[in-house]
Amino acid sequence: MSELIELTAAQAAERIGDGGLSAAELFEAYRVRAAADGDDLNAFTWVADAPPEQTPSGPLAGVPLAVKDLFCTEGVPSQSGSKILEGYKPPYTATAVAKLVEAGTTLLGKTNQDEFAMGSSNENSAFGPVRNPWDRERVPGGSSGGSAAAVAAGLAPWALGTDTGGSIRQPAALCGIVGLKPTYGAISRYGMIAFASSLDQAGPFTRDVTDAALLLRHMVGQDERDSTSLAYPGEIELPQGVDLRGVKLGVPEELTGEGIESGVREAFNATLALAEQLGASVETCRLPHAPHALNAYYLIAPAEASANLARFDGVRYGLRVDADDLLGMYTQTREAGFGAEVKRRIMLGTYALSSGYYDAYYGRAQQVRTKVADDFRAAFERFDLLVTPTSPSVAFRLGEKVDDPLAMYLSDVCTVPMSLAGIPAISIPNGLSDGLPVGFQLCGPAFSESRLLAAAYVLEQALGFDGSAARR
Amino acid sequence: MIDRAQVLHVAKLARLALSDDEVERMSRELSAVLDHIEKISELQLDGVAPTSHVIDVVNALRPDEPRPSLPRDVALASAPEPLEQGFGVPSPGAS
Repeated sequence: MSELIELTAAQAAERIGDGGLSAAELFEAYRVRAAADGDDLNAFTWVADAPPEQTPSGPLAGVPLAVKDLFCTEGVPSQSGSKILEGYKPPYTATAVAKLVEAGTTLLGKTNQDEFAMGSSNENSAFGPVRNPWDRERVPGGSSGGSAAAVAAGLAPWALGTDTGGSIRQPAALCGIVGLKPTYGAISRYGMIAFASSLDQAGPFTRDVTDAALLLRHMVGQDERDSTSLAYPGEIELPQGVDLRGVKLGVPEELTGEGIESGVREAFNATLALAEQLGASVETCRLPHAPHALNAYYLIAPAEASANLARFDGVRYGLRVDADDLLGMYTQTREAGFGAEVKRRIMLGTYALSSGYYDAYYGRAQQVRTKVADDFRAAFERFDLLVTPTSPSVAFRLGEKVDDPLAMYLSDVCTVPMSLAGIPAISIPNGLSDGLPVGFQLCGPAFSESRLLAAAYVLEQALGFDGSAARR
Repeated sequence: MIDRAQVLHVAKLARLALSDDEVERMSRELSAVLDHIEKISELQLDGVAPTSHVIDVVNALRPDEPRPSLPRDVALASAPEPLEQGFGVPSPGAS
């Protein structure tokens, strides 16, 4: 059974397609592991109790998929990690999930996450923290910590997450796997319980870059139910290639300077040297407004969240706290149903949008956003891709940053700028520091996913990172 | 720099019934975060257009054709208080 777990998703799909492996057998192998997780990693909020009745067909036929809790899955709990939606079963399925099911994947389970996707450690879930399979005293990252831990530990061959300011890339880095945030609009947000509408994007967690390309290919596309979604130009290519000749890599000074832990920096520099050996040219560049990206993000995202979370009021679904009057029901339901971080961000966002403060805060943040996007556009005139460490540190200890929101927010310093600019970015594991995984981030212009995946693949093959230690 | 009165005002706008402890903590934590975020006030941003849509899509409309929406019983399936084919709620009271 353990050999089944060692197959990548692409390998499993091929074997099932050839008839050499039964989809039911593969599903059961993973289902048993996922169901047995319990409090060990606490990666799942729901696990299927049986394989699907119908034999799946399609290019991804039979490869089980774990899905972050915030994706609506019809008839299956979709709670966005929150008490206010505990047990909620939506009447419809998110487009991103529906497309993958149509391509043949099967729903293995729903994964734990920071509440309403707000967090960088998965310590903000109403259903308990998730632990890092590399060291159970440490965080897996967030907000998609459950999906990352599940894939890293071999509880699922691949998983879906969402990335608003880094919530796929950072946990991928901390768990030693591949995570990708696509171009904004490339994947439909219909059915994704919203955090920040101008930033949220679904994306894959996988063991390798080829699997990420494969999953991404079946997720992209315009959806009339999401008016911010775009037609994806061309098809996502599965990566090949053996070198980086002709690839111009830029290293933004503002995101690779102080604040990066020494072990992370060493791994980063070693990967840059490797890239050069593979034929890439590597030069520093400037993103002058990147130091302000985090501040802009922590105004824009909470502001949008304060609007998106207004619907949780006890009226139509979810938790309701009975009260003498309507206002009491609203305020007490929300007080009881939301966790501390969510309340903090709702308050921050409401403040930033309130009369007298809108221009100084939200308005200015949107202007900073323009400058950040402009900086990337200028950089991409000289470079094909930009590279940074994904996270300034390796996985930190549970409890280490919970009392210091600002320190927690700084985990996102390398990932937030790409989110503001709406450009695609991928994190691949590029080494270990004190036994903990380090992530390397590449980003490119809008719709450059194929080029991004191609470069990431070449590096991945040359790095030869072995994540099997986490899959015991 | 965000004091108790402001916290209470914002909490009311956000429909959150914060406890006294929370109000105090919120004032501290939000002040610390805002102190950091405030740095964007130092930037020169005159004439910079704000971005609300990072990848611009204009007039994403669908044909104005009516189609079935969620059946009522499905829409009420998760309702805390389904009432006469609608969502029952407490009265707003004599405000």
